[in-house]
Amino acid sequence: MRGLTDESSHAKTLSLEVPDWPGHLAGQHVDVRLTAEDGYQAERSYSIASAPESPLVELTVERIDDGEVSHYLIEELRSGDELELRGPIGGPFTWRTVDGGPLLLIAGGSGLVPLMAMLRHRAAAGSSVEAWLLVSARSWPDLLYRDELTRLAADERLHASYTLTRSRPEGWSGFAGRVDRPMLAAVGPGPAESPLVYVCGPTPFVEHVADLLVDMGHEPQSIRTERFGPTGTGSTA
Amino acid sequence: MSPISRGFRGRPRKDVDPARIPPGQYTVNDFPVLSAGPTPRSPLDEWSFTIQGAVDRPVSWPWEEFLALPAETVAVDIHCVTKWSKLDTTWTGVAIDTLLEGVNTEGRYVTAWCDGGYTTNLPLDDLTGGRAWVAYRFGGEPLDPEHGGPARLLVPHLYFWKSAKWVRGLTLTLEDQPGFWEAAGYHNRGDPWHEQRYWSD
Repeated sequence: MRGLTDESSHAKTLSLEVPDWPGHLAGQHVDVRLTAEDGYQAERSYSIASAPESPLVELTVERIDDGEVSHYLIEELRSGDELELRGPIGGPFTWRTVDGGPLLLIAGGSGLVPLMAMLRHRAAAGSSVEAWLLVSARSWPDLLYRDELTRLAADERLHASYTLTRSRPEGWSGFAGRVDRPMLAAVGPGPAESPLVYVCGPTPFVEHVADLLVDMGHEPQSIRTERFGPTGTGSTA
Repeated sequence: MSPISRGFRGRPRKDVDPARIPPGQYTVNDFPVLSAGPTPRSPLDEWSFTIQGAVDRPVSWPWEEFLALPAETVAVDIHCVTKWSKLDTTWTGVAIDTLLEGVNTEGRYVTAWCDGGYTTNLPLDDLTGGRAWVAYRFGGEPLDPEHGGPARLLVPHLYFWKSAKWVRGLTLTLEDQPGFWEAAGYHNRGDPWHEQRYWSD
């Protein structure tokens, strides 16, 4: 491991130098395996946050109550330590610039991580594919990558929107509360524009948003989802 | 050989029989959801289950007829490729053996197909011999849509992606044809006891 960066009060990004890394696609994940001295092993999946163009592989890990792996990665791991990885893994939940767009990316909480890899890929490759991002976070300080997102959104073909569900800074002009149909309609693009849609977040969030999108007329085949459960496995394929 | 993770002890081991946990798995008490797209909602009056392909005669049951078939209730351990295992889950459904009674086939492979376009492939041998069902009740209750209701395949001796949600039919084939996850890097057979997660395993 080469470095650890705070992303919010409960999430950190691990920057990893991976020998013989075969390269990855934006949206893929890796399995991290920890081995205790008595041979006990624990493995969890984490989405890759970095673009394929990045020299280091970055994982953003959210601390999960009682999460034995996330606790170790956030609290114990130090620069220079070795980690055992498998991957990259995952096919359907990936995006390459050649897949085109427009893109509609919808994240709940740390579901932003694989979508961030797509936005970083889009920027690094100089893609002009039009993209819309909607992130649901508890509060502004809970929003991952907020400074970088603000910079990326200087691109007029990237439209970033946020909804804050629990608390909002004074003068907040973004959305408030849970994602609903009027919010999705206001964010755009609608079904007529046939966007490629990626939804990632906790299971109830993804179920809710994907159902809304289908009800609004989006083709189910154009909606790719990645859910993660209350067991705190990070995101999975 | 895995390197030791300095300072990693792991949480206290749960009081479960380690012989029931395949390598690399951990046990959960909840029931995580893993799907590649939106949850399909299929009305029961449009639902049917079909066996087709390399068979002498395709056969199909509408929902009410399917429920009238002889059912079994089984308690099994399930293992997801994303590392969680859930022990002692109870399902009710129709054994594939029952569905295949009276079906003549030269096919040795099966593609299970589903609402939402998902497919998964299995050797026929993995679906017969009392090891696989089409299940429509979980824990005594109708199966939730997010867990695959109205009915899902149940093949507990393989990783759980083989237990296709929202299953609508089986197509018997002479040749093996990779399904959705199998074409996307996941192992063709998916035996958790041999940790057959990915192509490279």
